[in-house]
Amino acid sequence: MKGASKHVIVAGGGVAGMEAAGSLAEMGYRVTLIEKGQDPGGHLLQWHALFPDRRPAEEVRGYLRKRLNHENISVITSTVVEKIRHHGHDVIVNLSGGTEERADAVIVATGFDLFDAHRKEEYGYGIYDNVITAAELEEMFSMGKVAKADGTLPSRVGFVHCVGSRDEKVSNNHCSKVCCVTAVKQAIEVRKMLPACEVFCFYMDMRMYGPYYEELYRESQEVHNINYIRGKVSEASVNISNRLVIKVEDTLAGRPLKMEVDLMVLMVGMEMSKQGAGLAVASGLETGVNRFLETGDHHYGNNVSRMKGVFYAGTCTAPMNITDTISHARAAVTETVRYLNGR
Amino acid sequence: MKPEGKKRIWAEYQKEIPDDHFFYVRSCIRQTFFAGSEQVFLKIMRDDLGKDIFEDPRHTTCTGIGYHGDVVPFETIQTVVARHFSLATEAGYKNIAISCVTSFGIYTEILETWKHFPETLERTREDLLKATGRTFDVPETISHASDIIYKFRDEIARKARFNLSDISTGKPLKVVEHIGCHYSKMFPKYGVGGAEFPHVLIGMVESWGGDIIDYPERRHCCGFGFRQYLIQANRGYSLSASRKKFESMEPYRPDFIIANCPGCSMFMDRWQYTINEIDGITYGADGQGIPVLTYEEVAGLVLGYDPWELGLQYHNVQSLPLLKRMGIRVDPAKRFLAKDGSRLPEPVGLMNE
Repeated sequence: MKGASKHVIVAGGGVAGMEAAGSLAEMGYRVTLIEKGQDPGGHLLQWHALFPDRRPAEEVRGYLRKRLNHENISVITSTVVEKIRHHGHDVIVNLSGGTEERADAVIVATGFDLFDAHRKEEYGYGIYDNVITAAELEEMFSMGKVAKADGTLPSRVGFVHCVGSRDEKVSNNHCSKVCCVTAVKQAIEVRKMLPACEVFCFYMDMRMYGPYYEELYRESQEVHNINYIRGKVSEASVNISNRLVIKVEDTLAGRPLKMEVDLMVLMVGMEMSKQGAGLAVASGLETGVNRFLETGDHHYGNNVSRMKGVFYAGTCTAPMNITDTISHARAAVTETVRYLNGR
Repeated sequence: MKPEGKKRIWAEYQKEIPDDHFFYVRSCIRQTFFAGSEQVFLKIMRDDLGKDIFEDPRHTTCTGIGYHGDVVPFETIQTVVARHFSLATEAGYKNIAISCVTSFGIYTEILETWKHFPETLERTREDLLKATGRTFDVPETISHASDIIYKFRDEIARKARFNLSDISTGKPLKVVEHIGCHYSKMFPKYGVGGAEFPHVLIGMVESWGGDIIDYPERRHCCGFGFRQYLIQANRGYSLSASRKKFESMEPYRPDFIIANCPGCSMFMDRWQYTINEIDGITYGADGQGIPVLTYEEVAGLVLGYDPWELGLQYHNVQSLPLLKRMGIRVDPAKRFLAKDGSRLPEPVGLMNE
């Protein structure tokens, strides 16, 4: 098979890395997938259901696991790619633990980190019992129960959009793209699980950019009675009943708003992963002002790095949803194969 | 509530507070309304803690009230502050200790401006030289006086004659802490504990045996707001801001409020009287007002200073019930007696009498 002797290392075993590895293996390349966690899967491992159709995340996880189940793929877990350098025709990869791997090409798929909600001190994450992140709510969905810290059911839930995104104060000017639609999806799920619970979303803009997102947003209002208030939450505190008190500027009504909620969900955005950032510094890979990896060209070289033989897949380059991540990974494979064939 | 979450934030906002040798700059409002606080601060520093703290009688207002009232330009206030630095330089001090939170905010604003726009520092040097013939060194450290008491809070606790507990029940007193907006909301890094959960007063209260109340309007401004109060037509804003805080803290039945800002101490004290006069409402337990104390007054009480020496008799909301709870005895005969034996003026309309 063409290219069977060629070896590609994929750095990162999330959605992009798994898809890239599967595509390359299918085309006959020998692939080593290096994953920092105990199992491949990335952030998807923590997710219960996906937007816009609320399909079980397990279906996509199952698809990706099948992609990895190929004789041409070796998976190394609990290992981090620390440095990449080009040497002659080879790309040399330094791994945690001090070992080296040689490859003909490398696809970097180190993904993203969720924004650390502690940094938005005004929301009291890590201080107030019932301030949680979207990822933690997703775990509650997986457990089958949305509840407050004391185990009782919430009667009012607030979703705070753009936590760590479009926020100059935390040096993140970028939009994380998926948080709006995630909030809509999660708000619907809360209403379905707890029909008596009121749900409010506090947003800057509703960025419903993907197919069927707008429809989901409309359904959330018409069918599920989700309330949307345009304005950022400025601070959270608790009252004597340990209920959260939030202050919001309602920018459509043009007035401040104070409201009590039982649970506040922070829609944490995406940031360049610490692993990816470390790899970029050690390897001399360029990063953009948003701190994600800078690609060769924003329009027609979006999978290409400025180091020979090194390609990018997925959210190490910018926030994107699963659909786009899979497409981006396939495009990275196309660029990699073109490079290997032309060597 | 997870205390470890607050401790994590406090660990991120620790500032350098020197151990000794301070140049002290006073506060216009405090010299007028809480003169005892500044006096007892100097006494605690010199007599109880054995520190070197110097003040120069040539030091003036920082003009902060005029600056925030839009009548003093930024260039002018920079030159005034530069003159204070010049006095400190002349006396050989590199650590500034600031009594007033407004001044503290101004000093930090000016230092940050000079750091980010070095040409403004050079311009200020020229302005000061032309106006006074003086030169100055930029100080090495800027501390608010509450930072310094915070630093030595455990030493004060070791010397304490009273603690912040109710002697009849043994339970800690419930304390509302109020931080002046200009302490750390502009530049969180200059405040102990940052802007959202400042630790400066909490640290004192906990070291001295009290419990802190975390109530919904904890961060809210007291309402002074300069233009809100200085322009008579705006005073309703000032009053309503304080009222919002009182209503929010009332369910917790606080024993007293501790503040580190002259405006906050004054308005949270005086507005309780005003609200009581207008609506007949009080916010403390048993139909009483909530005493508002400066951190120096609280430190002074803990160390056993005479409440009349601290000046507590000149607060609108009197502290006698609180003093009784703490087991502090006072001599009513000396309440309005000056040290030379003459009678001091007696205010009327006091609360908690």
